[in-house]
Amino acid sequence: MSKPTSSFRSKIDLAFSGAVVLASVLAASVLLLVVLFLLWESWPALRETHGIRFFTDPGWFPSAGELNLLPMAAGSLLVTLGAVILAVPLGLASAVFSSFYAPPPLAWVFRRLVELLAGIPSVVFGLWGLVCLAPLLSNLGGSGQSLLAAMLILALMILPTVALTAGAALAAVPAAVLQGAAALGLGRWSMVWNLALPAARRGIVAGFILAAGRAIGETMAVLMVAGNVAAFPKNLLDPVRTLTANIALEMGYATSSHRSALFASGLMLMLGVSSLVIWSQWRNRSLPYE
Amino acid sequence: MNKLRKRNGTDRWVALLLWLAAALVVATLLWILGDIFSRGLSGLSVEFLVDEPREAGRAGGLGPVLLSTLLVLGVCMAAAVPVALGAAVLLSEFSLGRRGFGRAVRASLDILAAVPSIVFGLFGNAFFSQILGMGFSLLSGGLTLACMVLPILIRTTEQALTAVPDEVRQGAAAVGLSRVTTFKSLLLPAAAPGLAAGFVLGMGRALAETAALLFTSGYVTRWPESLLDSGRVLSIHIYDLAMNIPGADDRASSTAVVLIALVLLLNVSAMAIGGRRSPGRWSP
Repeated sequence: MSKPTSSFRSKIDLAFSGAVVLASVLAASVLLLVVLFLLWESWPALRETHGIRFFTDPGWFPSAGELNLLPMAAGSLLVTLGAVILAVPLGLASAVFSSFYAPPPLAWVFRRLVELLAGIPSVVFGLWGLVCLAPLLSNLGGSGQSLLAAMLILALMILPTVALTAGAALAAVPAAVLQGAAALGLGRWSMVWNLALPAARRGIVAGFILAAGRAIGETMAVLMVAGNVAAFPKNLLDPVRTLTANIALEMGYATSSHRSALFASGLMLMLGVSSLVIWSQWRNRSLPYE
Repeated sequence: MNKLRKRNGTDRWVALLLWLAAALVVATLLWILGDIFSRGLSGLSVEFLVDEPREAGRAGGLGPVLLSTLLVLGVCMAAAVPVALGAAVLLSEFSLGRRGFGRAVRASLDILAAVPSIVFGLFGNAFFSQILGMGFSLLSGGLTLACMVLPILIRTTEQALTAVPDEVRQGAAAVGLSRVTTFKSLLLPAAAPGLAAGFVLGMGRALAETAALLFTSGYVTRWPESLLDSGRVLSIHIYDLAMNIPGADDRASSTAVVLIALVLLLNVSAMAIGGRRSPGRWSP
């Protein structure tokens, strides 16, 4: 846009520009405020425990001043790992199916259905897990509210993320490459495997990272199906408690150093997820096709 | 295309596996929806939508819960939309948006978009509820959600603005229109469908949210009288009925049907307004 000339106009424009800059500063400061308040609230616990007791205390008994977060951190990592292992092949297969194998009308319907899955609120996944999946799993032993249930539910929730980002990355592969392969008489699968997937690799992996971030941060669904016992699980059918569920369960009544420790675990989550984002963006600093 | 080619069986096996994977995904989706609807559909009625919950939610309806949900969404959008619009204009229309400042704003929004919702809940509780003294209230819940949906609102708004062809801006500059006029009379109308779609999408995101509201807007099921009252939104109602109230599973499912219907309605209208293209597909 050019600089306006008349002074009346430039005054209005100045006000407009001012408002726009103000809004941007406000938007950017939200992240700053979030970090600041997490630090502020977790400071007492960090000072009291030197950050080390979060990992060395005998267990998580906040009323007795024992603040070991490791069982919950392990819970978060385990459910995320399981969910990613389940969702990645299925999500990638979904993307390849709708991009290369399904007849166009079916691909369109399939994509809408995956988007529908993505739009289901997490509390609804939790409800379904609680009233339908957990009772089924209890046939295998235990109450059904378990590490396995949490992995399965989370896998369903992040599957659309994997499928939709991989689909978008595959769609961004230049048509000329694929047409060339088709002209050379390459089979469909060897075209997908040797050309499309490698060309879209960065976008696809970025989707995996995004999905892992979502899985770590997910609260409600996991809270409702995981059983929430603050101990290391010994097998897939043991109950497990994640960092997010721990916050949701205890924030309601936590005071002083207990509350502060919950904020510290929020800070941990935040650091984990944002380093995933930064890593993913650093990887993609020069996307070949976009 | 390669019928003439002699293939080993791999191609066919892969195709079969992919069809099975897709069928599994669709079947699971239908299972979830079918299960929730079959449990919840019979409990739906007009009374269910307008009555207040009784016996901790085992009887009665959703009236105050729906009103609280509406108010929280209202606060969220009222706070987030102006900020999102301003920031998106800076990022897409101002040269400042492409320099260091704009890059910093973008980077902070990218990280903000990935922050887990429970962390927003912690932040909202510490900042809005305690420091700003709003307590557990619809206002503090709505503002917390506003922080959460800001990144997606800004991204969709920016995309809608960048989709307006540059000729419009050049033409406006050539006839000497001011920035404000260009924005108000040319860019805004041209980008309106995209903007509206983005806002509706953001609203859908806010509607589906639970964790950020647990410790900001609270659990109270009374009819809210002001924005400073605590109120329970739909998603929290589902959570509470399912987890804390024995024998209320069907009520939880009925509420879930209402929530799914609303989220779906918002998402479909966003798609209809925005005329969003689905990601292109390869066509030989």
